[in-house]
Amino acid sequence: MTSISREVITFDARPPEPPAGRRYPLLRAGAIVAVLVAWQVMTAARVVPAVFLPSPASVGTELVRLSSTGDLWRSLGASVGRIAAGFGLGSAAGLLVGVLAGVSRPAEAVADPLIAAIYPIPKIALLPLLILWLGIGEAPKIAVIAVGAFFPVAIGTMSAIRDVDPLLVRAARSFGATRLQVIIKVQLPASVPIVFASLRLAAGMSLLLVVSAEMIAATAGIGYLILYAGDLMQTSRLIAGILVLSVLGLLSTAGLGALERRWFGGRARG
Amino acid sequence: MDLRFEETSKQYVRRDGGTIDALAGINLAVASGEFVAIVGPSGCGKSTLLLLAAGLLPASGGRIVFDGQRAGRPLTALVFQEFALFEWRTVLQNVQFGLEVRGMPAAERERRARDFVRLVGLDGFETRYPSELSGGMRQRVGMARALAVDPAVLLMDEPLSALDAQTRQLMQDEILGIWDRTRTTVLYVTHNIHEAAYLADRIAVLSRRPGRVRAVVPVPFDRPRRETLLADAAFGRFTHEVWSMIRDEARTAMRDEH
Repeated sequence: MTSISREVITFDARPPEPPAGRRYPLLRAGAIVAVLVAWQVMTAARVVPAVFLPSPASVGTELVRLSSTGDLWRSLGASVGRIAAGFGLGSAAGLLVGVLAGVSRPAEAVADPLIAAIYPIPKIALLPLLILWLGIGEAPKIAVIAVGAFFPVAIGTMSAIRDVDPLLVRAARSFGATRLQVIIKVQLPASVPIVFASLRLAAGMSLLLVVSAEMIAATAGIGYLILYAGDLMQTSRLIAGILVLSVLGLLSTAGLGALERRWFGGRARG
Repeated sequence: MDLRFEETSKQYVRRDGGTIDALAGINLAVASGEFVAIVGPSGCGKSTLLLLAAGLLPASGGRIVFDGQRAGRPLTALVFQEFALFEWRTVLQNVQFGLEVRGMPAAERERRARDFVRLVGLDGFETRYPSELSGGMRQRVGMARALAVDPAVLLMDEPLSALDAQTRQLMQDEILGIWDRTRTTVLYVTHNIHEAAYLADRIAVLSRRPGRVRAVVPVPFDRPRRETLLADAAFGRFTHEVWSMIRDEARTAMRDEH
């Protein structure tokens, strides 16, 4: 080749390592076990009084009791119901607004300053106002979660759609795709990874807000259970509630991950 | 179908309001079933010419005429230098894209897509995703996707320029084989004169910006062409001849860029 030519060598080889979540399984399990053992040893040696830090065993016992009396399931049901409603409404609205603002410049011009103005407000500060507007029932709690979930999804979706490679849009148009087809067949699917990342953020935000709202104004829910246990210095119960929240967070992330994998139909991420 | 550029010109409006002449009065006729390569110094508007033909950009002057149009058949399909595949679609789904957009029933378009996957030699890879394929295979998907819609003219924009030299050489033979089986009219933009001479029936040499057709050179080598042609002294003389038409312009263009 003596002519003016540009050569770009592409490297396709990927190291055959397992994904990060599966490396060093013994070390991973060991870390958790080590913390539990240290915790148990510390409490058994009475380094800290049980009222500040009860043993893992007594937290476990408390969990079993909460579960058998039904308190756990009532609290969990109340919290999960609020999260589901708030997260569902908020992320659906966020998706809609995000897509509209992503594909339409005028819509973006309307949405952008409004989002920029409202987004920085800590959402829990809106709860008193929402109670004033919506009464003291479930509505204000669901609304504050919805508002919290809305923003990450709207902002994430908007920027994801805006950042879709223009070449892909051009390719679709070269095949005669209409504007709507470009949105549905190219811009939306190309945005899926970022949209799911923003849904995960929104899920975390929902969990945060449901607990905050329940600590401020509720008579049921995990947040209420934790606050009430704290007031009565029932520390085992308090920590049991925190553990339930941890599991709830893990489950929501895992659920969204499963949904994303299904959406991708086993697509290899490269 | 044949395709004619008649005094086709294109100006871009700069941010400061000024204009850049990308193409100045292009005249070029491509016969039905012909393979025409367009070469020229960098920045001569080669790719702009394809975007005009694809209808993705409006021409500023002159016109582009497609003759003998058959009803329901798209005029053009593009093959991109960067492949432009849809990463979330399998090979088969990528190839179906143009058919899907045109509303072909699912069963029919899948059957057709399978045929074209086979045509480009990717049978067995139907359910793979682009990220699992090598560069050469990705571009075959790009070609199958374009050919599946049965375009009147296949527009190829530096399709091999993102590939390494060895893959490029193999893909040239691949393109010749595919073209031999389809005999689609092809307009092929490249900066690589050897590639143009190896593949095309005629080479249109563009001048530097604003691009115009400096010469249209018939390629004097019989088909089917084999790799041995590249080692032929006549091939070397021919490509050198084409290069000498571009050399001075390329030098000036290179200086302009700095």
